[in-house]
Amino acid sequence: MSEAIRFIVNGDEVTLGDFGPTETLLDYLRLRRRLTGTKEGCAEGDCGACTVLIGRLTDHGLRYESVNACIRFLGSLHGTHVVTVEHLAGRDGALHPVQQAMVDFHGSQCGFCTPGFVMSLYGLWLSNGAPTRADIESALQGNLCRCTGYEPIVKAAEHIAANRPSSLFDPLESERIQIMAKLWGIHSGNDTITIEKDGARSIVPASVAVFADILAEEPEATIVAGATDVGLWVTKQMRLLNPVIFINHLTELQSIASDETGITIGAGVSYSQAFDVLSDEIPSLGRLIDRIGGQQVRNMGTIGGNIANGSPIGDTPPPLIALGAELTLRSHSGRRTIPLEDYFLSYGKQDRLPTEFVEKVFVPRPTEGSHFAVYKISKRRDEDISALCGAFHLRLDADGKVETIRIAFGGMAATPKRAKHVEDALLGQEWSWGIVSSVRDAFGEDYQPLTDWRATAEYRSLTAKNLLTRFFLETAGAPAELRRFELEEA
Amino acid sequence: MDKTTFDNKPTINGPMHTPLKHDSAHKHVTGTAEYIDDIPEPSGTLHGGLGLADRAHAEIVSIDLSAVRSAPGVVWVITAEDIPGFNDVASTGQHDEPLLATTNVQFHGQIIFAVIAETRDQARRAARLAKIEYRDLPHWTDIDSARENDAPYVVEPMTLKRGEPETEIDKAPLRVQNHMYIGGQEHFYLESHIALAIPGEDDEIVVWSSTQHPSEIQHMVAHVLGVANNAVTVQTRRMGGGFGGKETQGNQFAALAAIAAKKLKRAVKFRPDRDEDMSITGKRHDFRVDYDVAFDEEGRIHAVDAIYAARCGFSADLSGPVTDRALFHADSSYFYPHVRLTSQPLKTHTVSNTAFRGFGGPQGMLGGERIIEEIAYAVGKDPLEIRKLNFYGQRGSNRTMTPYHQDVEDNIIARIVDELETSSGYQARRQAILEFNSHSPVIRKGIALTPVKFGISFTMTAYNQAGALVHIYNDGSIHLNHGGTEMGQGLYTKVAQVVADTFQVDIDRVKITATTTGKVPNTSATAASSGTDLNGMAAYDAARQIKERLIDFAMRQWKVGRDKVEFLPNRLRIGGEIVPFDTFIRAAYYDRVQLSAAGFYKTPRIHWDRKAGRGRPFYYFAYGAAVSEVSIDTLTGEYLVDRTDILHDVGKSLNPAIDIGQVEGAFVQGMGWLTTEELWWDDKGRLRTHAPSTYKIPLASDRPKIFNVKLAEWAENAEPTIGRSKAVGEPPFMLAISVLEALSMAVASVADYSACPRLDAPATPERVLMAVERMKAM
Repeated sequence: MSEAIRFIVNGDEVTLGDFGPTETLLDYLRLRRRLTGTKEGCAEGDCGACTVLIGRLTDHGLRYESVNACIRFLGSLHGTHVVTVEHLAGRDGALHPVQQAMVDFHGSQCGFCTPGFVMSLYGLWLSNGAPTRADIESALQGNLCRCTGYEPIVKAAEHIAANRPSSLFDPLESERIQIMAKLWGIHSGNDTITIEKDGARSIVPASVAVFADILAEEPEATIVAGATDVGLWVTKQMRLLNPVIFINHLTELQSIASDETGITIGAGVSYSQAFDVLSDEIPSLGRLIDRIGGQQVRNMGTIGGNIANGSPIGDTPPPLIALGAELTLRSHSGRRTIPLEDYFLSYGKQDRLPTEFVEKVFVPRPTEGSHFAVYKISKRRDEDISALCGAFHLRLDADGKVETIRIAFGGMAATPKRAKHVEDALLGQEWSWGIVSSVRDAFGEDYQPLTDWRATAEYRSLTAKNLLTRFFLETAGAPAELRRFELEEA
Repeated sequence: MDKTTFDNKPTINGPMHTPLKHDSAHKHVTGTAEYIDDIPEPSGTLHGGLGLADRAHAEIVSIDLSAVRSAPGVVWVITAEDIPGFNDVASTGQHDEPLLATTNVQFHGQIIFAVIAETRDQARRAARLAKIEYRDLPHWTDIDSARENDAPYVVEPMTLKRGEPETEIDKAPLRVQNHMYIGGQEHFYLESHIALAIPGEDDEIVVWSSTQHPSEIQHMVAHVLGVANNAVTVQTRRMGGGFGGKETQGNQFAALAAIAAKKLKRAVKFRPDRDEDMSITGKRHDFRVDYDVAFDEEGRIHAVDAIYAARCGFSADLSGPVTDRALFHADSSYFYPHVRLTSQPLKTHTVSNTAFRGFGGPQGMLGGERIIEEIAYAVGKDPLEIRKLNFYGQRGSNRTMTPYHQDVEDNIIARIVDELETSSGYQARRQAILEFNSHSPVIRKGIALTPVKFGISFTMTAYNQAGALVHIYNDGSIHLNHGGTEMGQGLYTKVAQVVADTFQVDIDRVKITATTTGKVPNTSATAASSGTDLNGMAAYDAARQIKERLIDFAMRQWKVGRDKVEFLPNRLRIGGEIVPFDTFIRAAYYDRVQLSAAGFYKTPRIHWDRKAGRGRPFYYFAYGAAVSEVSIDTLTGEYLVDRTDILHDVGKSLNPAIDIGQVEGAFVQGMGWLTTEELWWDDKGRLRTHAPSTYKIPLASDRPKIFNVKLAEWAENAEPTIGRSKAVGEPPFMLAISVLEALSMAVASVADYSACPRLDAPATPERVLMAVERMKAM
């Protein structure tokens, strides 16, 4: 048992035992360390002004990812290297090439968002030696700029990609060995850490088994993996959480494996970690992942969390339900596996005991010749919450009739939900425009959506029907979806 | 000693008309540029939290703040009776905007009290503990319900009239009457509002405020404290974005911080959370435009009669001049032979709307462009043809007079549009799109070329004045200060270029200093795109005065004629002698030459009589045009902006890099206004899109996929502005109208262009789909 976390901030090793479970990294940097280059723009992980890099040891070595410091809790930093904009320039004050390009291309105006952009571009620099324009835009989806219109920033990024110096002083490259050694040293302790401040506790369990035991004793605990949802409970709703169990460091929950039957995704796998596998195996799902949050949120947020919180507008449940995914819940006393669609009972209520946690989700591989697509509809294309999200999974028999079909939507009901009436109307029928157009109205029996700021009920209902039309057209070989980048460009 | 003084460079670093980098670029990218929340806090600094109304319109029955007062860390709670001066922060002098609500609340989020605590977190938590009882009153939040309720006007409406619209409108062969809804817009400056007040001795106080208008903050702080303006000093080095949202809206935060700082004798900071900032500060005005236009079969306009109704919010704020400017731009670039334009500045139970880049001009112009679209679809022509047919004419054409009786004397719109039409390949692309649409069932495309003509000057003539202060220290280094504020637009850089150019010294010798009411008094807001025109000229005036003294000194000391004194880069040639600038300055100092000057400028030739609706409100016009091409999905309403080409007029650019940045940024911001940025109030009068999670400004991946932006290099201001440049902050915002109209064309294709789609703004995917459905039903 230990009573402090250890991590590195830029060049300083830190041992910290004096913090509450909801103190954010941003407040720590700005208020306690006076590292004021990192800004607060929104305090909800949307604008990216607070972007920093977090380095951690993975199976692939020391890996740095951009994150939103505003919704990152201190308790999740044990054994990591936090890198802020102050660390970037060389010892002599010379600008890093990423910074120099932003200056040379006039990439800053008011400058408030700029440190965040610099850090996102630096994250891209570290992870991708030859980014395409699509890669650049993807890396910048979590950064808002209100002044420049982005054109000079993207030009700066393209310049960096095309003119990468073969050797230069890069702080994180030159320190890599020492940082890795320090992080290994921190991890070698491998104790469960419990920190208490003003009666509120942060718990960092040493293993998944320990986590299960702690949860059995503390069923009222809040489990925090990516904090991309819980972060806002704190910064916006000012909720007091106690205790908080941090699980983002548990690599046991972060494996993603695929075999001939399907893909098993650990609950702690982030969207970013899942992206490569999912876009290879189920391209439509990969494209969806790329439209969830910004890069920072995808680096933090987990598919397990997206399911576990039970939101009716989470983006991953509809496609996973359409694919027939199964959810494994674990507690100190064992495991149980249920169809994912059965997990969502009603608004705000899920089939999870307080002592249980989501351990993994299994996604059966779509069978050869079947059709699968997921469509997210939002006001803004990227980094937006779905107005609705529809997934379709169809298998035709040898005669061109519908053998199986699973349709699931988010944003249309109090939970992610299948369109059983539509499915039933299609089963055994010929997969033809005549039939498809005749069953569109059955959506009205499945869903009675609400009107809110994302869309009216009327729009949601109409678009759900139209997405079936889109799916039909695509299965008939007539692509009917707008894409900013064709595959060859991306 | 500075080595540059000995070199023989042919030019200085950073003269006018060169693409100099933003003065703070290096600090921006390293995170060392200081914003107010980054300034080291004085020890013992306290923090404010806000107690907000959760009713749209109600009487306050009782307020119980006991739980707030006893919450951890709370030092003081401010209510209206604690205000030592006036409970009033109305920028207009209409006294319709209390700092803290007393007997009633008029919008959801109005401030009722403020909490001062040891930490910001404690203040925010405590503010939520108040128990306030209300008695609800009827509320209305939008224009239609305001009209239904016979809502009052927040200011006197304005009418512009020329010719005989009442009779002429009946005489023309064709006529269309309809209306358009135009949404508002949140500024979404990346840095939220903030104020840090530091008390001084006697009645003195210093306030750091993120504001475009330090003088107004100064006056308002003095007003609520009940002290003279000379007791208050307001300072601003830079804002993290303004866009008009920090013209008047910073008053409340600065005033509360100042009241608490004086009372508690400790520094006090107010930094609202993003959601609070978005809920309690004003936005761009929503409009409903009811238009009635008469025209002939060719598409030539005979008469226009239009009413511009605006959602103003609960108080006047800047709604008067905003709705005025909407009318000033209802003509866009077109000559209306007979015209009547009327504003309706309606009171609503929403936050009081305010300045936002374009200041009503974009809404005015959008109504005018809708009229062009109506005519084009009615007569079956490309809207571009209708535009050209109706452009203002050149001098002597009898087609130059605006609805406000100012002649358009500097018209270059036809040339801009012709050049852009050619360079963008508009005609061939339009043909290709018509062809594409004829055989594409789901995806449709659209293209549109729209013009911009924007009037430059504050329509309140008195605001068109500015001051500057220039010192040369005896080592030859220069200190520059002026009344303009830096919000990212590069004003400080441009004004420093003016001073460097005037003295012919490298710009690194010019120290740009924070705007402060202590150095330049009675300034106007940095607004109306006027920053460089006004402050550049004022700084030039200051530099010119010193330069005159220096020339006199040189003539005296070297005993040469005026023509023998020449300012070369970083040196002077006096007679046959070359003297380094700093050596020369030191000599001038020893000769007791005054090396400091206050400069002043007021815009000539302008005047305006609002009652009569006549005058010359604008010194000149800035022009531009854009072509945008889009694709839409007729099943979902989703769209992409495939390409935009822009040709814009900034006169003779003082800094082409900064100006291009303004054009690109304004365009994308305008595109956001017309596409994905939607403000949504619920039936309780609560704004539900109050954070970036729900309010969607453009991302990098929303900007036009191909984006060609050019300045009209041949352009020069016809008026003698600083370096013959033109204002650039607002005009390019309206280039984005091309996106809305391209979307409209794509929608129109569904009904084979037989009807005007009447696509309202913002054209969210939902609005596009619903317009497609209307076209399908035709």
